[in-house]
Amino acid sequence: MTEKYIARSWAVAARMLGGEMMIMSADSTLFTLNRQATIIWNAADGVTPLREIVEREICGVFEVDPAVAYQDAEDLVRDLAGHGILILSGQPAVGRETAP
Amino acid sequence: MSRLMAELNSRAMALGVPLSAHLDVTYRCNESCLHCYLPHDDRGEMNTAEIVGLLDQLADAGVFFLTISGGEPLLRPDLFEILAHARARTFNVKLKTNAILIRESEAERLFRLNIDSIQISIYSRRPEVHDAITKVKGSLERSIAAIRFLRFRGLKVTIADVLMRPNVDDFPGVQALAAELGAHFTMDPTITPHIEGDRSILQLNVASEDLKEVFHTPGLVGNLEEFCAPPVQVDDDVLDDVPCSAAHTLAYISPYGEVFPCVAFPLPSGNVRRQKFLDIWRDSTQLREVRSITARDLDGCSECGHVGSCTRCPGLAYMEGNMRGPSTADCEKSFARTGIPSRIR
Repeated sequence: MTEKYIARSWAVAARMLGGEMMIMSADSTLFTLNRQATIIWNAADGVTPLREIVEREICGVFEVDPAVAYQDAEDLVRDLAGHGILILSGQPAVGRETAP
Repeated sequence: MSRLMAELNSRAMALGVPLSAHLDVTYRCNESCLHCYLPHDDRGEMNTAEIVGLLDQLADAGVFFLTISGGEPLLRPDLFEILAHARARTFNVKLKTNAILIRESEAERLFRLNIDSIQISIYSRRPEVHDAITKVKGSLERSIAAIRFLRFRGLKVTIADVLMRPNVDDFPGVQALAAELGAHFTMDPTITPHIEGDRSILQLNVASEDLKEVFHTPGLVGNLEEFCAPPVQVDDDVLDDVPCSAAHTLAYISPYGEVFPCVAFPLPSGNVRRQKFLDIWRDSTQLREVRSITARDLDGCSECGHVGSCTRCPGLAYMEGNMRGPSTADCEKSFARTGIPSRIR
């Protein structure tokens, strides 16, 4: 199975507020991420496979079926990538477009 | 304001988080605007390391929306270093500037830093009016050239027009200019007293009749019926509400590290050169006092029918001598909008 890698976009603004992440995309659309999405966002370092993030950060903390959790995470990162606030890649992606 | 933004503001207020901060990095300026409320000499600005350290503190305190302004911020040679650090700490950054130092290379750098938006003051599209207000010949031409560079890079630009007696008839031209340049347009008829107390510049405030006309211009205020609607019913919800975001979710920091509730509210509340920002934010006696004030506590205003929809500015009220009192310019605005005299007027 092809691994997926996610990295936070350098173009966005982001800040935690009361346990949830606020994100302003480059086109000034405001998003808030729930607790699980915030965990995935924080772990999006561009080099850790999404599967590993879900196993370690989600399944290790919440009582959730791993297959369901991974499917939900895939849907989430696809959605966030569509808004330009995450960069989704089939390879480890570290570079100018990702946040430090 | 979007529903989500309103929710975040409410949450930040409940949590005591400063969601927004305004940082002036200098009071020096290369224009000398008639209506400016700042002294332009350098009295010991924070250096780069101090500002970078402050940005770290602001990020850790939860500040999301950061406005960098001045004076003219581009007069600081380290401005791009400051902006880069702000973006590395993932602030949403807005820059306020007169833009006369922005050329292609600066526009390119601002684009690469993903600056959210740049607000630029334009007072007229007639050079003889704009340049007479800024007291810099050629300033309109240079500011417009800068806007073109910024728009070419796809950056969001807001043209801010401060309305005063010398340019009261010129706002339609500025609004049209903004449309031509693909910029947003905002107009404000508020003249602020000089931060050191001189109130003579208030003579620049537009006349009441002109203000009424401006406030009844549909292309300017949007929905006229809504904007000029009679005051909302006064009830306990109105009286228990707080006047504005100053000291609740907003803080202002001067180039010298002084912390105030808002850029328009020069109540000294601490200095980040002596204390951590978060300690000032949480424990300052002055900020706590501002936070304690609800509409019910306002002298005169609490009994005024406009209290639920007035644009009263506690900073202007403070500069009139009583932070719990009215800001009389806003009494005038309430009257100009609705035709109903305020209790103070």
